Amino acid sequence: MWMTLWNNRIQVAAVILFAVGFVTLLLHRNLIKKVIGLNIMDTAAYLFLTSIGYIENRLSPIIQEGDTALETYVNPLPAGLVLTGIVVSVSVTAVMLALTIRIYRRYHTLNLDDIYRYVHDEMEGEQ
Amino acid sequence: MKKFKEWLRDWDEGTFDFTIDTAAAGNEESTVSESFEKTALTDLENREFRLFSRAFPITAVILASVMIVFLLSAVMRLPAFGSPHTPPAESVTIQRYIENGLSETGAINIVAGVILDYRAFDTLGESHVLFAAAAAVFILMASARRRPESPRDQAILRDDPILRNTTKVLVPIILLFGLYVIFNGHLGPGGGFSGGSIIGGGLIMYEMSYGPTRLQRVLNLKTYKITVLVSLLFYSIAKCYSFFCGANSLHTIFGPGTPGRIFSAGLILPLNMVVGIVVSCTLYGFYALFMREQI
Repeated sequence: MWMTLWNNRIQVAAVILFAVGFVTLLLHRNLIKKVIGLNIMDTAAYLFLTSIGYIENRLSPIIQEGDTALETYVNPLPAGLVLTGIVVSVSVTAVMLALTIRIYRRYHTLNLDDIYRYVHDEMEGEQ
Repeated sequence: MKKFKEWLRDWDEGTFDFTIDTAAAGNEESTVSESFEKTALTDLENREFRLFSRAFPITAVILASVMIVFLLSAVMRLPAFGSPHTPPAESVTIQRYIENGLSETGAINIVAGVILDYRAFDTLGESHVLFAAAAAVFILMASARRRPESPRDQAILRDDPILRNTTKVLVPIILLFGLYVIFNGHLGPGGGFSGGSIIGGGLIMYEMSYGPTRLQRVLNLKTYKITVLVSLLFYSIAKCYSFFCGANSLHTIFGPGTPGRIFSAGLILPLNMVVGIVVSCTLYGFYALFMREQI
C-alpha cells in the first residue's frame, strides 16, 4: 500500500493540495481567503491532470525531426485540458473578486458572519 | 511588530481596508452600511450561532479527511506514475493525435493542433468564457462617472524616473516576446493563451507607470469592444468554415502547408492571433476595471 502511494506521490500531493484548498474554503470566514482556497483547489486539479499525462522517458509533444511514433511523446491531451482549466479559473476568480468588492462596498466588511447578520437585519427591517 | 499584528488581525476579521478608500468609493452604496449597527442577537439565536460556529470547523475537517481517504483509495487504483500503459495514453484518440496530427493539421506542436484544430470548439467556448467574465466584471465594477482622484491615483501619476525608464526599456521587449510566443504557437511551446497573457502583462505595466491617458489613445472602451467582438466573430466564422470543409473532405484553401514554416498549419496561426488578442484585452480589462472602474 505504502509503495503504491509512494509511486503515485505526485497524485497524492495533488489530493492533499485539494483537501488544503477545500478546508481553506470552508474554515475561513474571510471572503478573499475563500477565493484563495478555491484557487488552490484549481491548482490541485491541474497537478493531477498533468501527472496523469506524464510518461517516463518520453519527450514533450512537439514533433522533432519528423518522428511521429506514438512511443516518442507524452500524452498531449491533459495539457490542452489544463489550458482550458486555467483560463476558466482566471475568469471565475475575476468575477468572484468583483463580487467581493461589491459586497465590501455595501457592508464594509469581508467577514461572512457579519455579512449574514447585516443581511438578516436588512430583511427584518423590510418586513 | 505591533502594527503588523494589528494588520494581521484586521485582515483576519476582514475589516482590513484594502485598496478602496471609503471616501473615494463615493457612490450611492457607501452610505448604506452606516445605518447598520451590530444588533444584539437574542439568546436563542446567540446559542444557535455559537453551536454552529463550534460544530462547523469540526464537521469541515472531518469532511475533508473523509474526502482525502476516498481520493487516496482512488489514487491507489491508478496506474503507476509515468507508466506508458495507462488507458488514456493507449487510447485511439491519442494515437490519432500523435501519429496523424502533423499531416492532418500541419502543426509541429501537437497540443496546438489538438486545441485549435481537433478540439477547436472547446477553445471557442473558452474564449467566450473569458469574454463573459470580462462582461460580468464590467457590469459589476464599471461606473459611468469618473472617480475623484485619490492620493493613490496621484501617486501613480507622479513622474517616477526609475519606473518610467524601466518601463520604456522593458515594455517593447515584453510585447515583442508576447508576439513571438503567439506567432510560434504551432511551431513550438506557446500559443494564443500564453502570448496573450504576456502582452496583457506588458499593457498593464505600461499603464501602471504612465497612467491611463496615454494608453487610452489606442485602447479605449470603443476600440476594446470592437477588437474583442471582431476577434470572437472571426474565430466563429473561421471554425465553422474549417469544420464544414474538414468534416466533408472538401477542398480547403487553408491546407496544412509545409510544416515548420510560419505560414503553415492552416487556420491555427490566425486562430492563435485571435485568441491572443482576446486574452490580452481581457487581462488588461480586468486590471483597468479593478483599478479605476473604467476601460
